[in-house]
Amino acid sequence: MSRRQLTMLAIVLLAACALPFLVSDYRTFQFTLALVYAIALLGLNLLTGYNGQISLGHGAFYAIGAYCAAILMDQYGLPYWATLPIAAVVCLVAGFLFGLPALRLEGLYLALATFALGVSLPALLKYHHLEKWTGGVQGIVINKPEAPFGLPINADQWLYFFTLAVAVLMFVLAWNLLRGRIGRAMVAIRDQHIAAEAMGVNTAMVKSLAFGVSAMYTGVAGALGAIAIQYVAPDSFNFFLSIVFLVGIVVGGLASISGAIYGALFIQFVPNIADEISRAAPWAIFGIFLLGFVYLMPMGVAGAVRMAVARLSRMAQNRQHST
Amino acid sequence: MKLIAIAALLAAALASPAALAQKKYDPGATDKIIKIGNTNPYSGPASAYGTIGKTIGAYWKMVNEKGGINGRMVDWVSYDDGYSPPKTVEMARKLVEQDRVLLLFQTLGTPPNTAIHKYMNSKKVPQSFVATGATKWNDARNFPWTMGWQPNYQTEGRIYAEHILKNNPKAKIGVLYQNDDYGKDYLKGFKDGLGDKAASMIVKEVSYEVTDPTVDSQIVQLQASGADTFFNITTPKFAAQAIRKAHDTGWKPMHYLNNVSTSIAGVLKPAGLEKSVGVISTQYYKDPNDDQWKNDPAVLEWKAFMKKYYPEGNVADNANIYAYAVAQTMHQVLKQAGDNLTRANVMKQAASLQGYRPEGLLPGIRINTGANDYAPIESEQLIRFDGQQWERFGPIIGK
Amino acid sequence: MDAFLHQVLAGLATGGIYASLALALVMIYQATHLVNFAQGEMAMFATYFAWSLINAGVPYWPAFLLTVVFAFVLGVVIERVIIRPVENSPVLAVVVVFIALLVILNSVAGWIYSYTIKSFPSPFPAEPIFGKYMSAHEGGAIGVTLVVLLLLYAFFRFTPLGLALRAAAQNPESARLVGIRVGWMLALGWGLAAAVGGVAGMMVAPIVYLDPNMMGGVLLYAFAAALVGGIDNPAGAVFGGFLVGVLENVLGAFVIGNELKLAVALVLIIGVLVVKPSGFFGKVFVTRV
Repeated sequence: MSRRQLTMLAIVLLAACALPFLVSDYRTFQFTLALVYAIALLGLNLLTGYNGQISLGHGAFYAIGAYCAAILMDQYGLPYWATLPIAAVVCLVAGFLFGLPALRLEGLYLALATFALGVSLPALLKYHHLEKWTGGVQGIVINKPEAPFGLPINADQWLYFFTLAVAVLMFVLAWNLLRGRIGRAMVAIRDQHIAAEAMGVNTAMVKSLAFGVSAMYTGVAGALGAIAIQYVAPDSFNFFLSIVFLVGIVVGGLASISGAIYGALFIQFVPNIADEISRAAPWAIFGIFLLGFVYLMPMGVAGAVRMAVARLSRMAQNRQHST
Repeated sequence: MKLIAIAALLAAALASPAALAQKKYDPGATDKIIKIGNTNPYSGPASAYGTIGKTIGAYWKMVNEKGGINGRMVDWVSYDDGYSPPKTVEMARKLVEQDRVLLLFQTLGTPPNTAIHKYMNSKKVPQSFVATGATKWNDARNFPWTMGWQPNYQTEGRIYAEHILKNNPKAKIGVLYQNDDYGKDYLKGFKDGLGDKAASMIVKEVSYEVTDPTVDSQIVQLQASGADTFFNITTPKFAAQAIRKAHDTGWKPMHYLNNVSTSIAGVLKPAGLEKSVGVISTQYYKDPNDDQWKNDPAVLEWKAFMKKYYPEGNVADNANIYAYAVAQTMHQVLKQAGDNLTRANVMKQAASLQGYRPEGLLPGIRINTGANDYAPIESEQLIRFDGQQWERFGPIIGK
Repeated sequence: MDAFLHQVLAGLATGGIYASLALALVMIYQATHLVNFAQGEMAMFATYFAWSLINAGVPYWPAFLLTVVFAFVLGVVIERVIIRPVENSPVLAVVVVFIALLVILNSVAGWIYSYTIKSFPSPFPAEPIFGKYMSAHEGGAIGVTLVVLLLLYAFFRFTPLGLALRAAAQNPESARLVGIRVGWMLALGWGLAAAVGGVAGMMVAPIVYLDPNMMGGVLLYAFAAALVGGIDNPAGAVFGGFLVGVLENVLGAFVIGNELKLAVALVLIIGVLVVKPSGFFGKVFVTRV
């Protein structure tokens, strides 16, 4: 990364750290949720944007992560931070296992299979044989963590920082992954499946791994989300959630790490705006926003930003050369 | 000595009216307005219930046009939560922390209300007259800021159980229930009412999801089990399907229907009026499409209200007369609070309703609350459909 | 045995619902090689149009025909205005557009017509056929689906327009060279699929009652049905619909309980896709390097 990019990043991080002290607790809570979604969207983007496998069911992995955290905290008394690694491992395995049969599926067929997963998971969560753990339709209520070591910040702010730290860690890991061999293999498989295979890339392994890692990210996000909301119930994880995730990465920008952040801000804050525009049909406004993005900004916000930056720097260069 | 005494008395006399006239406000209340917050599912799978929020909004519009409550206008702030608990949490926090409402009123749905239950009580903001029949809202000791309104589901389930035990103790019962908290709460009350005979009397229990297109398969299963009594715990769309299919397959059980789905225009007519004859249920308010209330002043008042303030609302939807009655109750509470519009006082007034009657309730049913009684309506009456009307029979059950 | 037979017949009845929507799904796929997630909502919207007509006093069959025309026009307009701009975009963009369409149609329908259920009339008599196992309407709906299937088959097989449609979908380049207006063929395909969907909606509504979320539950089963039968084979889709309906009912009643019926659809979809992606009757596509 260039020095300019690093400085930009540092500024953004500083602003993010200052945020909870500048805005109300409620806004801090909203931004915590936005960070959670950013991690989830990064996971989905790894799979769909970088590896070309469409998933319409990522809400399911989010739910699995959320329930992991809730069950571990409620039934086994685990501290909230300890639930994250466990949720990560569970979802990694779950994603990998789902990715195996999905190997044979392409494009729309994979979309369909994941669509089915997303739609049927809430029903599985309500299954009465599993009620002992999942709380069935009643769901599970958990407690919000307080700031540790007697730090002079309140619970909302602490949770924000905790989520921010986890988000930064996950983003750095993803960036590293994508820069390396596996990342290049993922993109190669997306662009030229057969050529990649011919060149010796173990496509089966990479694709299943991509599924696993993607699920892991979204599962960690789910766990964080459960801790922030303090409640999990089957109704929280219906099919609409998977749709919202998909919308997030398309709006944010496919195959882009910063896209996850733009997308998260979109899905967290735009529905509220839509609600204010039209009480009668808020989802219709959301849908229209969506269409607008697809038609006018198909590379997503990240793509638009990239183009704007490129144009600005070209203008600056021209001005330099013409003097 | 005497002078000091007289001076003291004078001072006391002068001070008291001033103390009485003192206004007390919590956030959301001023001399001019009372801000009331709400979340309702205006979108998503439960959006049919969103009409409740709209009716209540229209009610406040009417109240404001008539001068408000004790001279204050009602500012009704209602957000969509899509029946999704995380969204409810976010919207509730927005209402309390950003919009700074005085209280939350008629938030809808058991999972959404469960999600904000602890939060509302820790913030000491009233979560009043919630729109769900779950039993857990009547817990004044642990959750003093949360109160329900409608008769809870378990009580109703018990009423049916008692009726069966009295009239048909050898009944073989089949149950159809929606696989969520609403359905399971009814089932629990029903089984509790049957006591230790539950296991032997209930020969088949089947559930359905709201994503199922029809419940025809479930009805067929119940019929095949040999049941002669049917406890039908379904929401309006599925209730209509169930009534119709139960009739069409020739299975003619003793049919108990939960009171969420008793609307003549919204359920029985689509199912087929002739197919609904003999169905038993309970009720606590007047069905506006029942001919027996054709000239009832409360129903006429409600119809006029709908026409003027909520013309796009559906007068065939019982939820709208329910919403009117619960809004009237909130109106009464706020009126009683007078100028002392603190949250604590609002809860206190809500917990001091003795014999209050919104006239949309059935005759004989009244609202009673107390410091340890957070269940406003606890009485219902059994009703039976005769093909045209819901005929009330038996006594008013409950207190 | 009686119970089993009853479940099977009930399954055929619901299967008829899935089959009719699956037919519309396959139609779109055949015309555009796309899976339209908004198909259910388009069908629902057309059905509300019919309801408005009937409510205004128009008799059933004229309203039916007008609705078919309305649905056809709706499909064409959607293709030209909404789908055309993203025709050459990656698959994901198209999927997002479908989702947007789904959400918009659902929301607007709820806004205009509210969410209370409405009855929708049936053109078939009220007495049950097959004894008490199946209502005349359910039987009639199955019949209508089969008739539509036959009409479609005849159209594609025996008319020049049908041939042009198939050509445009399979090989747009060559089709263009032969003089086929590929753009309009796509629009036509959408129009037809929407019309089939509208018929499906009007057959389904008397059974499940009309409300904006009417097709929500049906969509997944319809996908399963289309896949099982072969996503590019209309007859397969209809067969798949009946199979899914019967399986769902029988498994739900006797094997796994009612809670896991959606999971049945999930397993079916994944199972078919993994074991035999072309379904029972579809063509096997071989990608050559």
